[in-house]
Amino acid sequence: MTKSFGDHEVLRGIDLVVAPSEVICLIGASGSGKSTLLRCVNLLEPVTSGSVWLGGQEITAPAIDPDLVRRHIGIVFQSYNLFPHMTVLKNITLGPVKALRVPHAQAEGDALALLARFGLADRAGDYPDRLSGGQQQRVAMIRALAMSPRLMLLDEVTSALDPELVAEVLDVIRELAQAGMTMLIATHEMTFARDVASRVAFLADGEIVEEAPPSELFENPRDERTRRFLRRITDAGRL
Amino acid sequence: MTESPLDLSRRGSRLFGGGGQGQARGAALSTASTIVVLAVLAALFLLAPGSAAVRHTFFSPPDMWHALIGDPAKGYYSVGAAIWLNIRMFLAAEAIIVVLALLLAVIRQSTGPVLLPLRVVALGYVDVFRGVPTILVVYAVGFGLPALNLTVVSTQDPAVYGVLGLVLSYSAYVCEVFRAGINSVPLAQVSAARSLGLTQPQAMRYVILPQAVRTVIPPLLNDFISLQKDTALVSVLGAIEANRAAEIYSSTVFTYSSFVVAALLFLILTIPLARFTDHLIARDRRRRLAGATI
Repeated sequence: MTKSFGDHEVLRGIDLVVAPSEVICLIGASGSGKSTLLRCVNLLEPVTSGSVWLGGQEITAPAIDPDLVRRHIGIVFQSYNLFPHMTVLKNITLGPVKALRVPHAQAEGDALALLARFGLADRAGDYPDRLSGGQQQRVAMIRALAMSPRLMLLDEVTSALDPELVAEVLDVIRELAQAGMTMLIATHEMTFARDVASRVAFLADGEIVEEAPPSELFENPRDERTRRFLRRITDAGRL
Repeated sequence: MTESPLDLSRRGSRLFGGGGQGQARGAALSTASTIVVLAVLAALFLLAPGSAAVRHTFFSPPDMWHALIGDPAKGYYSVGAAIWLNIRMFLAAEAIIVVLALLLAVIRQSTGPVLLPLRVVALGYVDVFRGVPTILVVYAVGFGLPALNLTVVSTQDPAVYGVLGLVLSYSAYVCEVFRAGINSVPLAQVSAARSLGLTQPQAMRYVILPQAVRTVIPPLLNDFISLQKDTALVSVLGAIEANRAAEIYSSTVFTYSSFVVAALLFLILTIPLARFTDHLIARDRRRRLAGATI
């Protein structure tokens, strides 16, 4: 799959398979195309060439309604993007009620159960600006989860957080991984990637340079670009 | 006195004036300066060579009273009763304008190729009615539609044509206000809404518009203050609203005091809305300053 913005080729040929319950971490420098890749997977960006498949169906086919596809793919953004004019509860129930036509009472019950599961039961009635960054990002995760997605895309979900708030969000991801959620995660948290990923893919210049289980990629990177990237990360004390 | 350097709300309020010590001295100063300015203006008015004549023709208390309550037997209407028509025209126009302008704004912001003809129509509509002076639109509707000699369409009250003219003109302005509001909502909000499987219209309805409308309420109210005054333009069609009633009194009794009565009545209508707008703006600013501390 490739993606260009005008003349600028952001993704030059991505070939990636994610098996059910697998957690793939995408690492790479800023601008390497991680975010664009995620946005292409849930069709927020149309792909330039190639195709994306979800569970045996080509979702980039012209006959497919992107709105229907997106119901099965959750995405969480770096900047949370909660709806500021709605309470936490409304944020979470909007998708199920409007897109999935779940009855109101049932959607609220499900949302409250998810909030309780992730320790936010008491914030259901609050507006997002009353919450800390970590809490907002957890709500954003819950909002995506409430759609019962088959795949979760996480786009540097901890990058905008204060360091002391990162752990609570990573804990949520860990719990989802243990529960068997299929996830594609763009991240700068190398330690976390090593810990939770089934496989790690290193992106540079719009390509997957190297893809391997974390132990292999972090201990014995084969490509020179991967080695250089990991060395810079290590020098910065982040690995 | 200790103040946290991170306490932005207090720093913010001081940055924009007001608050802190010296508040009592500030109040005394502003009172004194207000009195001086008013006294100077009053003196200028009273000492002007034509002051007595102006006071007699513009501010004659008996004339003002008679114009306010009216006397059909002597051939003039009550300005006080006529302003009621202005209020009704304003309320009717306002309700229609909000709906029509919102519709126009959504059409103008749409992107689908199917809606292109509608977009062209909306663009033309806004260009024409924003560009033509409101009074000419009122004339065109008020004299044009009756001249068509159609059933229903040509037999309405002048006030109805007046409202229609105001709606045409103001919905073009208010459409642009709404559009600015829609554009002020970050694209990330659209991404978030669409990623939940919401369709484009659903994202507009539940995520974009609620935020857009909240943002534009102060400028919107500003346009409505303007609309309240512009109901006086309908007088050119012969509807007996406040301005027209004042005119009739003026030409019957040969005084301008009736216009002052109409002006005062318009002020009584517009000032509360103006203060309410200020209140909303101040509340919005407080919120944003409070948000900055988190």
